[in-house]
Amino acid sequence: MGDNLISVNNVSVNFDYQENFISKKQKIHAVNNINIKIKKGSFFGLVGESGSGKTTLGRAILGANKISSGNVIFHDDERDYDLTNMNKQDLKEYRKKAQLIFQDPYAALSPRMTVRDIIAEPLEVMKITNSRQETDERVRDIAAKCRLNIEHLRRFPHAFSGGQRQRISIARALVSNPKFIVADESVAALDVSIQADILNLLKQLQVELNLTYLFISHDLSVVAHVCDVVAVMYLGHIVEMGPSRELFKNPKHSYTKALLSSIPSIDPEKRSEAIELKGEIPSALNPPPGCVFRTRCPNPGIDCKGGEIKMGLTEVEPGHWVDQCCAL
Amino acid sequence: MSHLLEVKNLDVKFDTDEGRITAVENISFSVDQGEVLGIVGESGSGKSVTAKSIMQLNPGNTSYNEDAEIILDNENVLKFNSKQDLKKIRGGKVSMIFQEPMASFAPAIKIGAQMVEQLLIHKNINKEEAKSTSINMLKRVGIADAEKRFNQYAFELSGGMRQRAMIAMALSTMPKLLLADEPTTALDVTIQAQVINLIKDIIKEYQMGVIFITHDLGVIAQVADHVAVMYLGSVVEKGPVNEILKNPKHPYTKGLLQALPDINNLDAPLSPIPGNIPSPLDRPTGCVFRTRCPHHNPEGKDGKIEMKLIEVEPSHWVDQCGIQCGQNG
Repeated sequence: MGDNLISVNNVSVNFDYQENFISKKQKIHAVNNINIKIKKGSFFGLVGESGSGKTTLGRAILGANKISSGNVIFHDDERDYDLTNMNKQDLKEYRKKAQLIFQDPYAALSPRMTVRDIIAEPLEVMKITNSRQETDERVRDIAAKCRLNIEHLRRFPHAFSGGQRQRISIARALVSNPKFIVADESVAALDVSIQADILNLLKQLQVELNLTYLFISHDLSVVAHVCDVVAVMYLGHIVEMGPSRELFKNPKHSYTKALLSSIPSIDPEKRSEAIELKGEIPSALNPPPGCVFRTRCPNPGIDCKGGEIKMGLTEVEPGHWVDQCCAL
Repeated sequence: MSHLLEVKNLDVKFDTDEGRITAVENISFSVDQGEVLGIVGESGSGKSVTAKSIMQLNPGNTSYNEDAEIILDNENVLKFNSKQDLKKIRGGKVSMIFQEPMASFAPAIKIGAQMVEQLLIHKNINKEEAKSTSINMLKRVGIADAEKRFNQYAFELSGGMRQRAMIAMALSTMPKLLLADEPTTALDVTIQAQVINLIKDIIKEYQMGVIFITHDLGVIAQVADHVAVMYLGSVVEKGPVNEILKNPKHPYTKGLLQALPDINNLDAPLSPIPGNIPSPLDRPTGCVFRTRCPHHNPEGKDGKIEMKLIEVEPSHWVDQCGIQCGQNG
């Protein structure tokens, strides 16, 4: 396990749900039986539509969501952390090493704090630095890495544009010197040219600071560009996973194919070859039995129609895993 | 033949505490029946303000210039001054689809009641007819069990369904012009593909003119016939969609295309446009793009070249400063 940073083993996350106080308690199966390994120094992409469970999985890996079954192991240099079995001290340590960058840079920053205080807050809360001088040094250091000017540090977030705010969020996530970053739709709210800038910055910081990313996004072309490994999620399951070039060049699952064909082409002469998926993602309250995608599958086989084939990944090429229903 | 909509020399300014902000400066364009005009640009480029001026939906601190004209169906919208006149266009001749469908429906009124209400205002029909028109329209946009949805609230519908209901509502009055302001931005790609196809079908069927605002050049390539590229309140390039996307002349259009991740060419580096969009309070004089232009010519850099669109190919117009810069790189 030497080169993995995170191992996710058979992880499921369920939420209790009760429509009103007299109705029966139900379970929402947000994430089902996920197995992934994130290699050190990799840019791991997680894609899927809204409601597919990508954020829940990301939060579970950070220990922000309770894991219902299975476990997540964080392999640090000296020791392993088991997220399902951690005491408070370990959790505090883990928080320094795993951080989150949020989607909306307008909502993620407190309007009443200066940029310096925003970036310094994790250091103070986690008691990483001992003196104000030391804190200031680290804040200035990370701000420079994220291409923020020293004079920016005295200002309040309202004075900044979306791209600059996202750089502030990144600086705050990185100030505790983490090894693992979950970037949850971190470029979704940005204009294309700023998006390109932030993606380049994330890539550059990865090399400089030796980071490993879990990059959650619904935008396949962004994921294809930055990630080395991609997992496609649908209704709480991973339906396909593999090295990103292989996966985008040679998609095997009908859902991945449909997603790829839905990206609007920049070429006006290539209009609408989208494999149109009927309807919308079903409710996670009662997912269809067997292959979860079969209610929208454009070419359902005879076997999966009845939901007899259980969900499970098979390896079709080295490192390229596809749900067995579509692999057939 | 006169155009369905013709906007001439429009300036839009807002009076704020910090001073007078120029949101839109000297833009002109036209839309014909059955034509889709795409407007692209980053946030803050004035796309939505332009669309809202057509329906006079900008806030009270807005001022328009005297010589501007927005001619819709042979009437100058800017000369309307009574509420009665505006009622004819708002929701009648012109409908708008907004980006966030949850924010556009009243949360405590049933979808059906909202659809019927606007039909009763704009059409000379009774309640029963309005109801059946609404239900038919909901069916037309692909909503299953439309009768049931008619009696539901906005929160009971999923995102894609809400956007469909919004489209159904906008189209039920049979407007001549549809303003679609980022209608697919909040949607997942698979739902976006459905909604784009739906809008295209409906345009073909009813032959309405459409202004489609988006920051996504891929979506523009799929729906628009003509494109206007806006930057900081000015149109820097406009023309037929094929020309603009395949043969861009202005450095800003080129920059937007280069910043776009292309799934078919993963080796191409993502190159952002350097710098930030300036605040509208200190809008550059001369060429608005000169502060970020990668290869400005010396005179353009000093702001000595006025903004002016020049026709470089048949109906392909580019800002004169941008033509020179575009040739250099």
